[in-house]
Amino acid sequence: MLELKDIQVYYDGIHAIKGVSLTVPQGALITLVGSNGAGKSTLLRTICGLKRPSSGELRFKERNLLDMSVTRIVQMGISMVPEGRQIFPDLTVMENLRLGAFTRTDQDEIARDQERVFSLFPRLKERASQKGGTLSGGEQQMLAIARGLMARPSLLLMDEPSLGLAPILVEEVFRVIWEIHREGVTLLLIEQNAQAALAIADYGYVMESGSIVLQGKGEDLLHDEAVRRAYLGQDIGA
Amino acid sequence: MTLEIFLQNAANGITLGSLYALLAIGYTMVYGILRLINFAHGEIFMISTYFAFYGTAIFALPWQVAFVVAIVLTALLGVVIERAAYRPLRDAPRISALISAIGVSFLMANLGLVIFGGRPKTFYRPPIFQVPIELGGVRVVALFFVIPLLTAILLVALNYIVYKTKTGLAMRAAQWDFDTTRLMGVDVDRAISITFAIGSALAAVGGIMWGLRFAEINPNMGLFPGLKCFIAAVFGGIGNISGAVLGGFILGFGEIMLVAFLPGLAGYRDAFAFVVLILILLVRPTGLLGDKQRVKV
Ligand SMILES: Nc1ncnc2c1ncn2[C@@H]1O[C@H](COP(=O)(O)OP(=O)(O)OP(=O)(O)O)[C@@H](O)[C@H]1O
Ligand SMILES: [Mg+2]
Repeated sequence: MLELKDIQVYYDGIHAIKGVSLTVPQGALITLVGSNGAGKSTLLRTICGLKRPSSGELRFKERNLLDMSVTRIVQMGISMVPEGRQIFPDLTVMENLRLGAFTRTDQDEIARDQERVFSLFPRLKERASQKGGTLSGGEQQMLAIARGLMARPSLLLMDEPSLGLAPILVEEVFRVIWEIHREGVTLLLIEQNAQAALAIADYGYVMESGSIVLQGKGEDLLHDEAVRRAYLGQDIGA
Repeated sequence: MTLEIFLQNAANGITLGSLYALLAIGYTMVYGILRLINFAHGEIFMISTYFAFYGTAIFALPWQVAFVVAIVLTALLGVVIERAAYRPLRDAPRISALISAIGVSFLMANLGLVIFGGRPKTFYRPPIFQVPIELGGVRVVALFFVIPLLTAILLVALNYIVYKTKTGLAMRAAQWDFDTTRLMGVDVDRAISITFAIGSALAAVGGIMWGLRFAEINPNMGLFPGLKCFIAAVFGGIGNISGAVLGGFILGFGEIMLVAFLPGLAGYRDAFAFVVLILILLVRPTGLLGDKQRVKV
């Protein structure tokens, strides 16, 4: 469904992505793990069109994304839950959700999706008319995910959705991710919490300073010696 | 001071306050979305009066048509200025766009001088606005009712656009962060263009009513109203539309009352706004309705 081939990305001379190739099949839950600064967020921004690669191929549903505007890419069915709870703090929960469905015109279906995200996150319903900025960190993360779902995406990109959350909320986030996956949404998930991510992923990629250094089935990576040492906290020094 | 004279002054104050409010909104809306003081806004206001002047005087259009055309052209002018002078500097340090804005302001004032000539022109005033109306013992011309009324209608319409439509939602989202807004599928460039169009159109309505009120226009007329309305926007809390309206009314009303109650200070009427600016910056730098400054990410 999504295919990246030899993608290269630079920031003013900094080579952030060094030839990444990656495939996300329809319906799959793919995860991308890697240490800080590996280039994971940059890769997601590139897929959305917020950052343009200097070379490489980027296809979604057989269509070339490289000459599409971000708006067009969103309309194609790609939605992102950005890093660090980028909700709109001055807008209400309801308005945040409405922005998620911005490119859609099917009012009835939007209303239905709204009910769906409210049943997924009952807390958001209680706080529907509250400003986003007044929510707790965990609630803001829920809102960011809910907003991403309001686009009714066929591919949802999630950038470290569990970052900085209390363990009980991390569990909650993973429960929701699993739920979304089960409903048939294709997912590309970036996680610091490699253990949990690899455990639920169909397939995983490990990224290191701009390159994919390892890939394989989620559970295989989970049991890989190198991965365990580097990302699963079995070697503090790494 | 008799009650009658006071009411006369109040009518003057409300009228001037309305005009300031209309102009101040443009500053605050552009600042809200771009974090830029659009110094060219006063000149946009000035040029709108010339559009209306040429429409009536040279092209001999019916005044209704001429005024509407002037408003539309001014909205386009605002959009073009953003495209040409601000958009290319979007990713440059903020000071670059600010300098560009000052440059556009000077450019337009001087172009105005060259094209329109330095001599003031007489603005066409349709007789309908000069019909005297008597209310509670005070006689004023119809214009004194038209200006606040039209301003109120425009404020309601603006409020509707900003808070009830999808376009308004996109504009408010873009105030927070462009990239996150783009991820929603919003065309941020379009939201910015619409912001300039609305701000400039309101400045044009203010400009035309200014012409109707004071009868004379000249290429330098953008300077003081522009500065004062920028101050009004800061006073009210820059970025906040209600704040700009409040600031505009307080400044306009205050200026008239200063002259009315302390005629000895009449010569300082233009300084009044600056005193207000200094006071607000000392006492409450975020303005009357501004909340704590949010850093745009
Ligand atoms: N806007 C930018 N300008 C310049 N360099 C950038 C920019 N954004 C990211 N980088 C650089 O690109 C590299 C990859 O950054 P990126 O944010 O993609 O990493 P990441 O894998 O998401 O890290 P983290 O796990 O900390 O979120 C880093 O070296 C970073 O410093
Ligand atoms: Mg990141």
